[in-house]
Amino acid sequence: MPFIPHTEQDIRDMLGAIGVAEIATLFDEIPASLHSSLPASVPSQVTEMEITRLLHGRASRDAQPMCFIGAGAYDHHIPAVVWELTTRGEFYSAYTPYQAEASQGTLQIAYEYQTMMVGLTGLDVSNASLYDGASALAEAVLMAVRGNRKSSARRVLMPTTVHPAYRRVTETIVRNQAIQLEAVDYEKRSGKLNRAALERWSGEDVTALVLQQPNFFGCLEEVDELVDWAHAHGALVIALVNPIALALLAPPGEWGQSGADIACGEGQPLGIPLSSGGPYFGFMVCKNAYVRQMPGRIVGRTVDIEGRPGYTLTLQPREQHIRRSKATSNICTNQGLMVTAATLYMSLLGAVGLERVAAACHANTRSLLDAVAGIEGVRPAFAGPCFHEAVLQLDAPAGQVLERMAGTGVLGGYDLSQSYPELGQAILVCATEKRTDEDTAAYARAMQKALRVARRA
Amino acid sequence: MLIFEHGREGRRAYAQAPRQEVELTDIPASYRRRTRALLPEVSELQVVRHYTRLSQKNFSIDTQPYPLGSCTMKYNPRACNTLAMLPEFLARHPYAPDRFGQGMLACLWELQEMLAAVTGMQGVSLAPMAGAQGELAGVAMIRAYHEARDAHERTEIIVPDAAHGTNPATAVMCGYQVREIATAADGDVDMAALKQALGPQTAGIMLTNPSTVGVFERRIEEIARLVHEVGGLLYYDGANLNAILGKVRPGDMGFDVIHLNLHKTFSTPHGGGGPGAGALGAGKRLYEFMPIPIVAREGAQYRWHTETDRPQSIGRLSTFGGNIGVLLRAYVYARLLGREGMPRVAEFATLNANYLMARLRAAGFQIAYPQRRASHEFIVSLKREAKELGVTAMDFAKRLLDYGFHAPTTYFPLLVAEALLIEPTETEAKEELDGFVAAMCRIRDEAREDVAFVKNAPYKLAVRRLDEVRAARDLNLSWKPGA
Repeated sequence: MPFIPHTEQDIRDMLGAIGVAEIATLFDEIPASLHSSLPASVPSQVTEMEITRLLHGRASRDAQPMCFIGAGAYDHHIPAVVWELTTRGEFYSAYTPYQAEASQGTLQIAYEYQTMMVGLTGLDVSNASLYDGASALAEAVLMAVRGNRKSSARRVLMPTTVHPAYRRVTETIVRNQAIQLEAVDYEKRSGKLNRAALERWSGEDVTALVLQQPNFFGCLEEVDELVDWAHAHGALVIALVNPIALALLAPPGEWGQSGADIACGEGQPLGIPLSSGGPYFGFMVCKNAYVRQMPGRIVGRTVDIEGRPGYTLTLQPREQHIRRSKATSNICTNQGLMVTAATLYMSLLGAVGLERVAAACHANTRSLLDAVAGIEGVRPAFAGPCFHEAVLQLDAPAGQVLERMAGTGVLGGYDLSQSYPELGQAILVCATEKRTDEDTAAYARAMQKALRVARRA
Repeated sequence: MLIFEHGREGRRAYAQAPRQEVELTDIPASYRRRTRALLPEVSELQVVRHYTRLSQKNFSIDTQPYPLGSCTMKYNPRACNTLAMLPEFLARHPYAPDRFGQGMLACLWELQEMLAAVTGMQGVSLAPMAGAQGELAGVAMIRAYHEARDAHERTEIIVPDAAHGTNPATAVMCGYQVREIATAADGDVDMAALKQALGPQTAGIMLTNPSTVGVFERRIEEIARLVHEVGGLLYYDGANLNAILGKVRPGDMGFDVIHLNLHKTFSTPHGGGGPGAGALGAGKRLYEFMPIPIVAREGAQYRWHTETDRPQSIGRLSTFGGNIGVLLRAYVYARLLGREGMPRVAEFATLNANYLMARLRAAGFQIAYPQRRASHEFIVSLKREAKELGVTAMDFAKRLLDYGFHAPTTYFPLLVAEALLIEPTETEAKEELDGFVAAMCRIRDEAREDVAFVKNAPYKLAVRRLDEVRAARDLNLSWKPGA
């Protein structure tokens, strides 16, 4: 019996101690009408050898082309140490650290992680993570609505330069709480948030403004001005940021006169494999003033009865298992194992290493843009500074071009035509530090060929 | 010692950063960081040693029995991890075309089918990233269903007082008012209270069955009939599915929507608090509203169904497709168990719980619902020990750690005084259960001799009992240099 240790003798002894003759009797309180057996559509058990053969076969069908897609998930190098250690049983098979004395490993890691996120974002307090980037943004929106006591409109400005999937997820999660998510357009020339569109909200009650930096197009927003605008209009600022980019770009805590109020984002770039989209983790960091509105687990440092330092979950009265219907969120878990990986990643890279990763990504994306600049029918969509990701406009159907490139072993980018039809045939491209000069050359060749074929078609 | 404190200025793990140093000339200084972030400056060996040592300060299933009620801390088979981490699966970008993920999608589609069969639901969405997110989606689906019928007067969700805290928190996040109903003395729902709560304002009810008090709700069919009669829907919190896996299906009980904690019943790791996965099953009333994406099979091909395929969906819950790596682990586990192994899980989880309950009762501990069968878990109330000896459930919990057992769930459900909710799971051997009983008896003896000794436990762990009040009062949530 897989994973069940009982011998025949054990079973007899145990039934004897209970005082029943057979295991079936233990289910006698369940109405007979409800007993059923599994249909044949649930397959018969297999051995580890058999499932290994099956999964190796399936994995080999899933060999991956060279990746030039970013769009919220990034193909970074992951040091071997990260997952060697993260999958140690003591981390992998531990529960949420409710029993602090028996969970000092997990808890200290979360405390170190919180410290690192505070360092990266320049804000005061980090939680111990949320599910992923998009759901972290949704929680940040809910938090801003709770936290901005001066505003009663429950209105959050959501620029269209925020990742489209993030906007959809936020909509799903906050929909039933009478919160207005208002779109703010972007400038077609620069790819940055349109100041004129923002001014339309001047004089209105605005609860919060979301700012993605770099934005979904890779363009750099004028975050200093925008934060000052928001604060002048009584709105809180939610910064949506890429943690790798933060090694080089101004941290949200330093944006404008007084900094963003909440920062959140996708933690995947910090040592988490792409894995088709998950599991990743969301991060959230805020100013001290809002700590009691923060959702999710938070770890604090304290002392034991002998005065030695130790770590424990704290501020639990915010949470569902204590507050029930009055909790800040229904969230229970964080993404503890992913946080372990990210903490290891940041420790190995350090500030200098992260800076180098960020700079290498940016330089590689620049090289990519240079390599395709000479190709007929390709042009950059936006003028102005960008970071490690950029939009290209094509003179042939983007979907077809990408499909053809994929056929030659190159994932050429993310097709923007669904979410941004006004850009015409446009793709979002990204080259991480893993891409080499040869890869870039292969990309340019694949694109040139794909465009030629698509134009002929 | 913190990782930061191992650092020295200028020290690095040189092999990890890209070789070239690049000058960024095209990003104006106004967008740039002025000072470096506070991160450790350590060598690779220091990292390995520091975190290996930290791992040794954790309890885990791999090192100790974990009879944590409502959490189903069973063995996490290593094959699930090894196979989910095959390099091709890890390397796939979420926006890579579906044709580069046919192997992965085949696994997920089969998992959807197996879970639908096990729960008696019409379809399954694997989108939710945790149990609480599955709940959020499930209640949002109930709301979408009523809104599609213009039933705006349905403003209440009924929740038993013994429910997990996520249930009422979720109902509120979905814009509902929560109406709590009492639990009867026998552990079942108080039917009179239920009937009184039901009405035209009822949107639905959230139930866990077997319930959080560790018994099977015997009148579930009548409850389902009553709720449906007033036009409400039934939500099944799948936290306790391990107790009935492969033997009883929530769909047959009358539930319209269910979330499964794959990190409980399907043995994916808890990882020190996530990632989990909260697969969601829906019956015919709610099928159209399930969250996206959902894997569909078309001929021999698999693809993600999205907004265009499922226009009535409540929408997306994650940036991409949910916690795919967790789902692959659950798939491997489900295949290793198969049709034969699933009901065995319920049988041996129930055998272990009833055995442990019988042994503890025989040893003189007070069982909260002694007239009932245990499901896969049961409650010991230490009310008498608290009164006579002055030791609480928390004291027992901390001292159990010294004996090498993770503590059971303490003080939940709230309606039983000094509760220990105990769930041994099917993967623990009889001798571990016997060891647990012996430890409980010894702690009681210790308390009789020297109550202060027990109250000051634990003694053998990395730290002694921690000052949680101070942690909340003098908030210290990140390290500062020189602090």
